[in-house]
Amino acid sequence: MNLHLKIWRQQNANSKGKMVDYPISGVESDMSFLEMLDVLNESLINKGEEPIAFDHDCREGICGTCSLMINGEPHGPDRLITACQLHMRKFKDGDTIVIEPFRAKAFPVIKDLIIDRTAFDRIQQAGGYISVNTSGNTVDANAIPIEKHKADEAMDAATCIGCGACVAACKNASAMLFTSAKVSQFSLLPQGRVEATERVQNMVRQMDLEGFGNCTNTGACEVECPKGISLENIARMNREYLMATSKG
Amino acid sequence: MSALIKSSIARKVVMALSGLFLVLFLLLHLTINLSSVINPDIFNQWSHFMGYNPLVQYLMQPILIAGVVVHFVMGIVLELQNNRARTVKYAQFKGSANASWVSRNMIISGLVVLAFLGLHFYDFWIHEMAYKYVEVNPQDPTRYYAETVEKFEPIWRTVIYVVSFILLSMHLWHGFASSFQSMGLNNKYTPNLKKFTKVYALIVPLGFVFIALYHHLNPLTH
Repeated sequence: MNLHLKIWRQQNANSKGKMVDYPISGVESDMSFLEMLDVLNESLINKGEEPIAFDHDCREGICGTCSLMINGEPHGPDRLITACQLHMRKFKDGDTIVIEPFRAKAFPVIKDLIIDRTAFDRIQQAGGYISVNTSGNTVDANAIPIEKHKADEAMDAATCIGCGACVAACKNASAMLFTSAKVSQFSLLPQGRVEATERVQNMVRQMDLEGFGNCTNTGACEVECPKGISLENIARMNREYLMATSKG
Repeated sequence: MSALIKSSIARKVVMALSGLFLVLFLLLHLTINLSSVINPDIFNQWSHFMGYNPLVQYLMQPILIAGVVVHFVMGIVLELQNNRARTVKYAQFKGSANASWVSRNMIISGLVVLAFLGLHFYDFWIHEMAYKYVEVNPQDPTRYYAETVEKFEPIWRTVIYVVSFILLSMHLWHGFASSFQSMGLNNKYTPNLKKFTKVYALIVPLGFVFIALYHHLNPLTH
């Protein structure tokens, strides 16, 4: 398979980037998208050129590290997968593929296709935890009976891998789906209810401080989320936020 | 309180509440307007009541104007904020792959409706204010029907009104249901609620289109 790649190249956070054309040949249909980039990088190294910097880690769709905007969609045209799970059989010989980093003011480019997603870490640090006494008399979490549907909803929210596809897909670069998943995974469980009021206020405050946009309920995030996180989480967060702020 | 004003969620709730208020107002407006195609006398009575009742004039009218102003000012503030959230634009962004055109272009449909409101205010409200407070004309409970029908004589105005109502329909198509999500309402009733909002988004603007076309096609006999 011969392809024409258009890839964003940017030396560092302060430099101005641009799209660069890379023709590539000999791409196998059973290669993953990242393996195709590996092949391109090997050829660039052999030619003495600088390889393209891109994020990757587990390469099995669970770490949320890969973050490519492929032909205008985060993680490419397939649904419920990350870029590392995308295979080249989704493309045809002669295709042009545009590859860019996820773009948001809160996700500045570090180099080429690598972005800084520590804004998500700071949102998580603002309240995405429960305070548990670990001095030796910690109660086993499973000792508290939890309704099955609640446990399932919490688990569904907790499957968010924090990749940032929601922000990338949103026309407003809003981080509501991510933040709401992190709020929900705790607030649905009794262990998380204890700090629920402060959690939602602190996480939303941090989300706004990071410079993400506002949610306009287009639903693009839900469609593009590799883990299928539901918009219901956003409604839940809005509800909890309004109740928490009305309490003062 | 200041944290609440700055919060993105609170701003969305302001959009939702002002939007819902305007959605309700549209139904009242349509009901009164429909009387103009059924019985000119009833339309005249309604219009006269709305034009001279102190509760309507000095309480409901300012609330309505405030609702419109809050909705569009907040809409523009949020739009500017959203634009700032992505300073470097994508070389390729396939918005149509994951969201509808109407949901992605609320600012376009909103600005068209706002521009229409300018014309609509010029056509009716400013005329009304001039009649009552500048020219200080006596009350005439029979004038409204003729004044309204006259407005739809020129084809250009009828076309502008019809196109604006189509854009209003698109705005409601996304906005009405979206307002419930913004306020945190998403549950087992949501699919049916969405169906209702979409029927509303079609029927109400279609009603206004019908009235505009009806009066254009049935001009006054001079």
